[in-house]
Amino acid sequence: MNTPNTLTVKNLKTHFFTKAGVVKAVDDVSFSVKPGEILGLVGESGSGKTVTGFSLIGLVDEPGRVVGGSILLNGDDLARKNEKQWRELRGKKIAMIFQDPMMTLNPVLRIDTQMIEAIQAHEDISKQSARQRCREALVRVGIASPDERLASYPHQFSGGMRQRVAIAIALLHEPDLIIADEPTTALDVTIQAQILYEVRKLCSETGMSLIWITHDLAVISGLADRIAVMYAGRIVEQGSIDEVLDAPLHPYTKGLIESVPSRNKRGAKLYQIPGMTPSLLNLPAGCAFSSRCSAKQSDCLVATPEITQLGEERQVRCFHPVKQEEMA
Amino acid sequence: MTIETSLKPPRKQLFSGDTPMSRFLSEFVESKVAVAAALLLFTIIMAALFAPWITPQNPYDLAQVSVLDARMEPGEQSFDGYTFWLGTDGAGRDLFSAILYGLRISLSVGVTSGIIALVIGMSVGLIAAYVGGRTETFIMRIVDLQLSFPASLVALMLLALMGKGVDKIILALVVAQWAYYARTVRGTALVERGKEYVEAVTCLGLSHARVLFLHIMPNCLPPLIVVGTVQTAHAIALEATLSFLGVGLPQTEPSLGLLIANGFEYVISGKYWISIFPGIALLITVVSINLVGDQLRDVLNPRLRK
Amino acid sequence: MSVFVLRRLMQSGIVMIAMSVIVFFGVNVVGDPIDMLVAPDADQAEIERVIRDFGLDKPVWQQYTVFVSNAFKGDLGTSFIFGESALKLIVERMPATLELAFMALLMAIVIGIPLGLYAGLRPNAISSRLIMSGSILGFSLPTFWVGIMMIMLFAVMLDWVPATGRGDTVSVLGMQVSFLTADGFSHIVLPALNLALLKISLVIRLTRAGVREVMHMDFIKFARAKGLSSSRIVMVHLFKNIMIPVVTVLGLEFGSLIAFSVVTETIFAWPGMGKLLIDAIQQLDRPIIVAYLMIIVVLFVVINLIVDILYSILDPRVRLQDAAN
Repeated sequence: MNTPNTLTVKNLKTHFFTKAGVVKAVDDVSFSVKPGEILGLVGESGSGKTVTGFSLIGLVDEPGRVVGGSILLNGDDLARKNEKQWRELRGKKIAMIFQDPMMTLNPVLRIDTQMIEAIQAHEDISKQSARQRCREALVRVGIASPDERLASYPHQFSGGMRQRVAIAIALLHEPDLIIADEPTTALDVTIQAQILYEVRKLCSETGMSLIWITHDLAVISGLADRIAVMYAGRIVEQGSIDEVLDAPLHPYTKGLIESVPSRNKRGAKLYQIPGMTPSLLNLPAGCAFSSRCSAKQSDCLVATPEITQLGEERQVRCFHPVKQEEMA
Repeated sequence: MTIETSLKPPRKQLFSGDTPMSRFLSEFVESKVAVAAALLLFTIIMAALFAPWITPQNPYDLAQVSVLDARMEPGEQSFDGYTFWLGTDGAGRDLFSAILYGLRISLSVGVTSGIIALVIGMSVGLIAAYVGGRTETFIMRIVDLQLSFPASLVALMLLALMGKGVDKIILALVVAQWAYYARTVRGTALVERGKEYVEAVTCLGLSHARVLFLHIMPNCLPPLIVVGTVQTAHAIALEATLSFLGVGLPQTEPSLGLLIANGFEYVISGKYWISIFPGIALLITVVSINLVGDQLRDVLNPRLRK
Repeated sequence: MSVFVLRRLMQSGIVMIAMSVIVFFGVNVVGDPIDMLVAPDADQAEIERVIRDFGLDKPVWQQYTVFVSNAFKGDLGTSFIFGESALKLIVERMPATLELAFMALLMAIVIGIPLGLYAGLRPNAISSRLIMSGSILGFSLPTFWVGIMMIMLFAVMLDWVPATGRGDTVSVLGMQVSFLTADGFSHIVLPALNLALLKISLVIRLTRAGVREVMHMDFIKFARAKGLSSSRIVMVHLFKNIMIPVVTVLGLEFGSLIAFSVVTETIFAWPGMGKLLIDAIQQLDRPIIVAYLMIIVVLFVVINLIVDILYSILDPRVRLQDAAN
């Protein structure tokens, strides 16, 4: 418990300044990741999970900006870095894997070009030794005949293969932290399982921390050590994977769990959370989830609930957390 | 709001206050630049139409023109005290008058050829889309083949073979342009043909011609109008270019292009105004048509509607 | 790759046949072929000789065969004015036109791409808006008028460069070129810029649109996530992607540069094939007109073919598709 955190995010705020108004895509988000730990960041589309990921690697696009909070990577506050310092960090200390492997590799450059440049961006190293490193990285993510693959173009690869290449690129500098933004969503289920297995193995082997962003609880349940659930730009519940999945405290988490098909009885109607994610542009007063919450009471409509700390790692942002006997 | 109204069949709206025309106008005036361009274009057209009544002299009436006034600088006065604000050309014609007369010719050649090309291109495109099969393939191959050559080259070659003349340049401009219309119309007509209302009227047993010209054609008009404005601007510029080269209009029909050509020989001696003012008139005309066309495209393109 | 080239070659062949039919029947239908082939002052014996030579007394399809076989032998008629083979006259003038067109193409690339990149990377800067407004103006300005204005400003008023002609030339690989001599270079700058103006505007708009599109792609963000410098992202990742449409369009536009050089050559008295054509039209030298027509068709077909092949080399995705077919 006393190992220092790889990453500590405190009160992170990332806002988008659009013509229609300020969109608080990430609003007061705090969490931490330990070495070798896998954190699952779960939420619907539009919950701010992807923007959180981009904030951690300094790639929030205009008109978005990180407006508050701190991002401590091994004690070093990234929120205060300038663009040049960010560039030195990206790929070296923090790497990112994107959602759609068909889109993340440049279609007109060969794989070796795209891998070698990633090494040479941070190290003064000859092309030959860089190429050797690329070869090893490809083998590590389970790609056979790496020499042939290095000389290919991305379109000659399948989606799963491309994602392996993207993972290999992320691993090149053995970063402290990898942010993976729904990296298996676009893949077949069998490929997904292989990649999940390998990612898990790589994390425990290298001691890298991993933040796995997803909307799919089924994926995260077999992968993550801890889980943070996001809703409308805020983390509504956090804790170890077993605690959260077995005993969710926030009605939203509970709804998410109940809408996973495998956890339902065959033939029973699948649960669906009513309503839609609210627009972040004008959130109603009170709890952002109140309009969809079955447990809402009058106080939910007045004030925004603060975080309740329930032990070392367990927290929830709700006035009326789910009582455990209800979950059976 | 606009999306909802545009989903209704257009006919219904004729009975409500929100007619397509009023909606079109209110969307068009959203761009101040386009309104300014439209007003300018209107002024140009009016000035060209009424040139004989507003110009101080008829530059082609020998009784009113004196060679003694030749190559006067802008602002100089003639013997009888009249000021040539834009100067005079090599034959002593008042340039302002000559430009308005030239505009008349340029505009009428450009618009005439534009309309003929539009009618021919539209018919061909509609037929290609409606008949389909080999006829369509054949027509579209010809269209593609022609579009792989620049319009200016096609027109130049035709004129090279046929010689000068008003009728010949109109023919050359029509041949050079019809393919653009045919391609546009065929594209939209193909989309329209696949829609359910066409199926419905076909099931009613209407004749092919009726379906094609009464039902499909009106729905193909918006993109055609946009292409039409841009192509007319092209036609005017192309006519000027060809006439400048000496292969377009004969000297008896002095369009803007010919005025510029006539002034060209004086440029070397520093008499800039004979070429520059007709050029500016041509430029303003072409730019204002293009600006109006740009706004028309934004207003008439349903995909761009907010 | 070779299958791909072969197929394109066949398509080009079909286009050539189609165009030769159109040109031939254009000559025969639009005008009297005797007018086209015989000088207006020719006597009866000369007319009869031409009728016999070109088989004008034979059926139309046989005449076409004669026309084609003569064309293959390089005989597209004899110029009335020069008394020489029309084909030879045009080929002699071709290097001047090609040099002008290449120079204009070069200017379009060297001026257009950096401006387009700048405007695309900083879409909201005032300077970018100025560039874009300038490119709209470039589209609307009639080329010939701009040429006149250029002569007036740079040659007459400022006296920086000569107004007309080609200046001194040197021979490179058997071709006379102007741009390698100081005098020749001062002669070519103005006409090349005039010819390039429209293409510069086009390249600016294409490049800007490409930059705007590609910069939002995931692979650019991934490249940034790798920690690459922005110069590497722009010069390698962005550039290679936007070059594909730019090169394709520029290649196709090279043909129109040659076509438009008719105007520029006339204004600047540049001794290329365009000026020869306009002179021929004015002097009713019809064999030259016909020969120009056939040569320009060949040029266009060849250019389209080269662009197609170039495109497949640039874009690995196209290459693969063709290999699969």
